Amino acid sequence: MSDPGLDAYAAQLRNGEISAVQLAQDSLTRARQQQDAYNLFVNLADEQAVQQAQVADAAIQQGDTSILAGIPYVAKDIFCSKDLATTCASKMLANFVAPYDATALARIKEKGGVLIGKTNMDEFAMGSSSEQSHYGAVANPWQLDHVAGGSSGGSAVAVATGLVPYALGTDTGGSVRQPAAFCGVCGLKPTYGRISRYGMVAYASSLDQAGVFARRATDLAVVLEALCGIDARDSTSADRPVPNWSAQLGGDDGLKAMALGLVVEFMEQLDDDMRAVLQQAIDVLVQRGARIVEVQLPQLRHAIACYYTLALAEASSNLARYDGVCYGYRVEDATDLQDMYVRSRSEGFGDEVKRRILLGTYVLTAGYYDAYYRRAQQVRRLIRDDFMRAFSQVDLLVGPVTPRPAFVKQEKPDVIEMYKQDIYTVPANLAGLPAMSVPIGFVDDLPVGMQLLANHFDEAHLLRAAHAYQQMTDWHTKMPPTQH
Amino acid sequence: MTAQIDAKQLHLLEELARLRIAPARAAELQEELGRMLALIDDLQQADTEGVTPLTNPCDDVQRLRADEVTEANQRDLFQQNAPQSEAGLYLVPQVVDN
Repeated sequence: MSDPGLDAYAAQLRNGEISAVQLAQDSLTRARQQQDAYNLFVNLADEQAVQQAQVADAAIQQGDTSILAGIPYVAKDIFCSKDLATTCASKMLANFVAPYDATALARIKEKGGVLIGKTNMDEFAMGSSSEQSHYGAVANPWQLDHVAGGSSGGSAVAVATGLVPYALGTDTGGSVRQPAAFCGVCGLKPTYGRISRYGMVAYASSLDQAGVFARRATDLAVVLEALCGIDARDSTSADRPVPNWSAQLGGDDGLKAMALGLVVEFMEQLDDDMRAVLQQAIDVLVQRGARIVEVQLPQLRHAIACYYTLALAEASSNLARYDGVCYGYRVEDATDLQDMYVRSRSEGFGDEVKRRILLGTYVLTAGYYDAYYRRAQQVRRLIRDDFMRAFSQVDLLVGPVTPRPAFVKQEKPDVIEMYKQDIYTVPANLAGLPAMSVPIGFVDDLPVGMQLLANHFDEAHLLRAAHAYQQMTDWHTKMPPTQH
Repeated sequence: MTAQIDAKQLHLLEELARLRIAPARAAELQEELGRMLALIDDLQQADTEGVTPLTNPCDDVQRLRADEVTEANQRDLFQQNAPQSEAGLYLVPQVVDN
């Protein structure tokens, strides 16, 4: 199969063409070949995958109707997995084996999903290129000398190459949507709180949210239904019913009566070639019945400053837990306790993580707290309120995901320059909104995405619009040239 | 205004964050942190007069659970990840002088 979706896998498993065990073994073989080309994995789940597949085969024999049963998937190496290392692509956690499964993984396991491996990423999710990994950079399958995007780069690549039909990532400031755009697949970050953060290694807790990569909106809907819902182990998980999104994708009536807000601030600075591709995609949505309304979100000009202040402050606090006592890297020859803390952290964290911890510490320091941290929380409300005003007029907002397509990998990337390119993705995290990236074409022979944003807990509109678009176009079926 | 982190400030941040920066890297890092600070300094342009800080984007409040024991003791399992443990205790370098 060149471009299998969940339905195709499920049908093959049920008509006996292939067993879940065979599928797992084939996927593991292909994963090894792909690893040499793209460096997309940190760990492969050899034994666990076959065991999970055996369980799935038995369940399917007994009539298990879960569409995910027996189908392979991958997860970013930030989700804790029992009996399989969880490194966050950091030397700090190189030997860490979680004693439990993250809720997201546990829920997929309940449905019979088979975890093939844990994917490469920027260390502790701090980056937008998957170059800041202790295990080396991830390559973009469309052009190997380009980045895959990040921080969930490995998961995006696994879906782009057709290794698996879906993958899990996390999105704190765009880490699902941006690599999805760079690799030519869909990536959806639901509303803050939709998916439990239990067992998801924390970067910035008020912004972190798990997300899903897949080619089709229909597949995203199925996986999200399995993942979402309240979890007693995460007090910030949302106590909201989980809709049957698969049944609400809409049929041939498309997007009639849907008001689509075109974010003026998003479009203003976009290069002509990127704008042309985006305009074509918007035209398709209009053909399907959507009505365009221009929307202004003036506070977005402060989004990067607001995001980096809050994310780094929360990171400096969250990463204080890595002290070399209960788990993680510890120097062997510490002279005293302070020496152990300082040298374990200094040797265990990479440069970008240290930079973020140090600036996060700065904005929380007495004397700067009000000028930076508290002020950023106030600006966060202004940004959120801008969005709320917009959603009183429109059902969806539309714009680009990134200023440009994937960029060339570098020996020593200028990460601070890279921060500015997160301009289109961080607002959704600040406002807690569901948002997704949909592949809409190519610029410089590299994939480009369209971003859709919806009001809190209104993932249904995202999925409907993406599905309506995909019924008219075939960008989501394009495969990169080198395949294994 | 050029935002800057001087050597003294960097040293304070290292102390607070329990990190040590190699002397050869300090000047470069000061420059990098200065650039990051310049980026977030844009916050000073926003009019935040009378705005309540936002902590949860959906305005959800912290849910409290009943004060009941829900987890079993799994000390031995957890200590398999400990760099050094003995007799159920986590070992660290000596903290009390002889």
